[in-house]
Amino acid sequence: MGCRCSSSYLEGPVQNTSLQNEGRRALMGCLLAAAAGIFFCEAATAVSTSRRAVHYVAKWKGITFMTSRQGLGVGGGTPYGFDVGDSERGTVLKGLDLGVEGMRVGGQRLLIVPPELAYGNKGVQEIPPNATIELDVELLAIKQNPFGHQQYIGKVKHAVFHTQKAARKRVVVSTEENVVASLDLRHGEICGYCHIFADVITLSSGGSVLRAWNLPDGQMVWESTLLGSKASKPLLLIPTNLKVNRDNVLFVYGNGFIHAVATIDGEVIWKKELASEGVDVQQLIYPDGSDTLYAVGLLGLSQFDVYQLDVKSGELLRHYNMLFPAGFSGDLSFVSDDTAVAMDSTGTALVAMHFQDGQISFHQTDVSQLIQDFSGGAVILPSKIAGSFILKLDSSVVFIKVRNDGKLEVVGRLGHADAVSDALSLSDGQQAFSLIQHGDGKIILTVKLSNDWTSNVIEETTQMDHQRGLVHKVFINSYVRTDRSNGFRALIVMEDHSLLLLQQGEIVWTREDGLASIMDVKASELPVEKDGVSVAKVEHNLFEWLKGHLLKLKGTLMIATPDDVAAIQKMRLQSSEKSKMTRDRNGFRKLLIVLTRAGKLFALHTGDGRIVWSLLLNTLRKSETCENPRGISLHQWQDPHHHALDENPSVLVVGRCGHTSDSAGVLSIVDTYTGEERNHMGSVHSIAHIIPLPFSDSMEQRLHLLVDANGHAHLYPRSAEALGIFQRELGNIYWYSAETDKNILRGHGVRKNCVLEVSDEFCFDTRDLWSIVFPSESEKIAATATRSLNEVVHTQAKVTADQEVMYKFISKNLLFLATVAPKAVGPIGSVTPDESSLVVYVIDTVTGRILHRMTHHGSQGPVQAVFSENWVVYHYFNLRAHRYEMSVIEIYDQARADNKEILKLVLGTHNLTSPITAYSRPEVFTKSQSYFFTHSVKTMAVTSTAKGITSKQVLLGTIGDQVLALDKRFLDPRRTINPTPAEKEEGIIPLTDSLPIIPQSYATHALKVEGLRGIATVPSKLESTTLVFAYGVDLFFTHLAPSRTYDSLTEDFSYALLLLTIVALVAAIFVTWVWSEKKDLQEKWR
Amino acid sequence: MDKGKAVMGSARRWAVDFTDNSTSHSSRDILDPPGFTRASQEQDDSAVSKQKKDAEANWKSQKAWEVAQAPFKNLFMMAFMMWMAGSTVHLFSIGITFSALLQPINALRGVGKVFEPYKDNKVDLLAPKLVFIALNLVGLGLGIWKLNTLGLLPTHISDWVSSLPPPQDVEYSGGGIPL
Repeated sequence: MGCRCSSSYLEGPVQNTSLQNEGRRALMGCLLAAAAGIFFCEAATAVSTSRRAVHYVAKWKGITFMTSRQGLGVGGGTPYGFDVGDSERGTVLKGLDLGVEGMRVGGQRLLIVPPELAYGNKGVQEIPPNATIELDVELLAIKQNPFGHQQYIGKVKHAVFHTQKAARKRVVVSTEENVVASLDLRHGEICGYCHIFADVITLSSGGSVLRAWNLPDGQMVWESTLLGSKASKPLLLIPTNLKVNRDNVLFVYGNGFIHAVATIDGEVIWKKELASEGVDVQQLIYPDGSDTLYAVGLLGLSQFDVYQLDVKSGELLRHYNMLFPAGFSGDLSFVSDDTAVAMDSTGTALVAMHFQDGQISFHQTDVSQLIQDFSGGAVILPSKIAGSFILKLDSSVVFIKVRNDGKLEVVGRLGHADAVSDALSLSDGQQAFSLIQHGDGKIILTVKLSNDWTSNVIEETTQMDHQRGLVHKVFINSYVRTDRSNGFRALIVMEDHSLLLLQQGEIVWTREDGLASIMDVKASELPVEKDGVSVAKVEHNLFEWLKGHLLKLKGTLMIATPDDVAAIQKMRLQSSEKSKMTRDRNGFRKLLIVLTRAGKLFALHTGDGRIVWSLLLNTLRKSETCENPRGISLHQWQDPHHHALDENPSVLVVGRCGHTSDSAGVLSIVDTYTGEERNHMGSVHSIAHIIPLPFSDSMEQRLHLLVDANGHAHLYPRSAEALGIFQRELGNIYWYSAETDKNILRGHGVRKNCVLEVSDEFCFDTRDLWSIVFPSESEKIAATATRSLNEVVHTQAKVTADQEVMYKFISKNLLFLATVAPKAVGPIGSVTPDESSLVVYVIDTVTGRILHRMTHHGSQGPVQAVFSENWVVYHYFNLRAHRYEMSVIEIYDQARADNKEILKLVLGTHNLTSPITAYSRPEVFTKSQSYFFTHSVKTMAVTSTAKGITSKQVLLGTIGDQVLALDKRFLDPRRTINPTPAEKEEGIIPLTDSLPIIPQSYATHALKVEGLRGIATVPSKLESTTLVFAYGVDLFFTHLAPSRTYDSLTEDFSYALLLLTIVALVAAIFVTWVWSEKKDLQEKWR
Repeated sequence: MDKGKAVMGSARRWAVDFTDNSTSHSSRDILDPPGFTRASQEQDDSAVSKQKKDAEANWKSQKAWEVAQAPFKNLFMMAFMMWMAGSTVHLFSIGITFSALLQPINALRGVGKVFEPYKDNKVDLLAPKLVFIALNLVGLGLGIWKLNTLGLLPTHISDWVSSLPPPQDVEYSGGGIPL
């Protein structure tokens, strides 16, 4: 499980401290020692999404009290199967779960399990309390999905090395994805059970939640909520040796209050409000050994304030300030305990502020005095080097020393630097820091000492992949080499959010942590296996195939030698062919194209989860024309299925240059086989809607309509053929927009070419057709859901138990929209049930007709919804019942319900398959039902299969970051309390007030997809199976078969046995035929 | 064996004289045995054969009727089996039903053959044939009725609609909350 922990809104710094917490440490030590008999700290242990089968013999004092080996069956009893991590849910002995960790198939272990990992101090039946038991375990099989579960952490914001006196060197990082993780420095893995004792303090939620983590296992030791009124920059100061009432203390500033917190238990010793006058506190300073804590800040960017507080009581000793009329720009940069530096508001002068004993002095220096060729645009880099600071200019970095009298002095100047690390204190009292410079396809890491600017301690050049972009951050750490000199290792964070460890000019490891922030996913096919396989190869394959199956047969008949068993295992691994780069018959092997927040595309292989290619999109990188680029979504651009088969499939990446809706859009088309950018368009019109159209051209490029902020629709691809297709269909193309700020749903039609200064035949004007205005005092748009464009529906009829037919109302143009009362937009419980209501609509988006409207009184959001076929399932909170609820609406067509004559159907003279226009006044009726649901839901999805025959499952991303697959049968509005036998036969489940949560229906088993944000489902070619990709900080991939795999044999199906049976049968037929012939003859001779 | 021994003595081991001297009407060299009157035989022939033929026709028609009524017994048997098989679809009930269907069909196909042995100018086979066909049709009806009770006949609207794909929309609309 690792010791990575995520907290909801982590923004603050991480600091490393050694807590003098002997008591707890001893306790932890004791626990770990008790478990040491069965604990393994192997970094190579596979992270497992696995289900394991074992044979076990459980003994207590030599007496076998339980075993799986006895019983019927070939190998004795039935093997015992369990999911890894089941012990956390209490279904498996913890000792067994932990004990098989790291075992290989076929291995045997004798586990001596202490009572706390077995039956505890209560005992079970014949087992007395506090019994240490023995488990003799043989691991028979591990079934796992090699893609399974990948753990990422996101872009690193802060890093703290823990290398001193530690057996296993680690770095603790906090990231933009609100993750605190401890990484193994040797491999870069998120480290599991490793024995080092130190604690991590994190400050999160804007400085209001302080948490202490235990490093070995990532457990939270304590949490303190620090209340305050005003939002402010969170600060954390941990003095190295300060004790108040024998407790170690740390100081936290957040929400306008300064708190002294005991490190042992998180108890607040004292607190003091500082923000009452509006001072923005920027630094807490505690000069070692004194009794005074300084809080330094700015008031309105022009007044410099210093507070002196008593560390013991929090009493305000002194408050003094001084006005700087010219004003500051940006934050203060502290160069020592009593000196700060800032730029003035014009950006041309540096101000050094000296404060001590109630005296503040400013010393202003023009930058141009220090640097002759200064042309503006200087920025102070945060670097924490004692007595100095670094000024970044356009083309160079300048090191400036602050003298005691406040005078500034340039001590060094370097060419451009892309990233500068914080200073690192070395053992001999010196400070070192590092700079990263970019070269052509390489980066240069330079480490300098703060007292010697001119020479470099280390200068290392490392080759760097272009696809990683620029270096964004660097953290350094020193180690003592064998020759007693200092060596340095640097942790660098790249533009694509990947994390690398550099040491001696080499990349020790890399982590693709950009994958922690996936924005969008699309699946792409793999290339088809090429024809022209030689005969020899086929023969070889056939021979191998037969040999393999014979071996398997031997295994089933229990006559396999150990060598054979090994061969079978090896074959299983090889023959799985999961990682091949070609399509398979079942359509399980695909590429998942993911777009990350850093603007990088990755192609992940569904077989083993490896990265096939990655591409840092230039259109989504910061440039002069595009200041704040960010990716928005991915769309299937070209998907050759029927013709144009020699074309590679491609995806369309849509991005935007700024945060506002009218900022220019960027488009790129990327080949999914090769990962090369085929085409890109920078800074086109703004993009408000992307509408993939259900038409494609002769190259099987799908037509897309991109609607800009002005309501102009732009057609892509920009080709004459596409234009022709589009103009033919022009009258039938509509679009709608749900304006959440104005509470209006508007429908538009596409008209003729737009009138612009520059004529553009691919631009079309749109006109308003209809609008639905929701009453702003009682309703606010909370959520929308539509059917997936690629969803396939097999049948339009729903057959009930009495052989009657209900016609599903299936339309791609339906929109589910939920509104909540504006008051109820806040968190759950912020309104009374009477004030809040949830209204849901089903709207035809062509005509704007409201097909169904329903009000849930006393309910509020957040609303999650999923729309599939003719039904919507949505999740919300019921304030009256104080529980979450899920509702289902099924929409049926009344207009077709009179199609009851069989003869018509037999003769085919019906109109059930003729195209339907939305203007033909639909008559619908709906059925709905609501159920209580235990979990809060983060995201919802529905399984999708190739032909839409298989029943559906609703996939719920729970608040616990797991994926729960809930059968749609539970969400059937026709459930009644006492279904008739016919209804039962149809599969209607008796009505219950709440939806059951069956532990086996967790698609993620015992795993967590940390920070779960989205679930994507992709149909495979096998109708029964759907591929599910859940992403958050972690990635998880699995296959789901909502109605079991009814259309395929299991992987270990013995073809050889089948063949043998057939051969035996044929032989038997032949022999009996001969016999009967003989007998006939004899009969005749008689 | 004795014969063989008897002819051992002669040079020819055995011989058959193929000259017809007994049955042929044309050569009557050999006298009829005493008490045998050829005339009476010929005289009798017509009466006896007529009698015989009548009896045979009677027998044939009786037999034909018997054959025609045979499915009737079968019907009861079949009905009992069907009742035993129950109305749920499983191997046994399907087997019974299909045999109940196949048997009459086969019988109907072989109506001519079944009554072939009883074909006679004097016997009127139409009535038994009709009865036979009717009874088999009843059997077939029973089989179909059983098939229907099992729910295997496409007599419901649902059986025809389920395979129809959903209709296409003429219009197309997309969009959502602005990005």
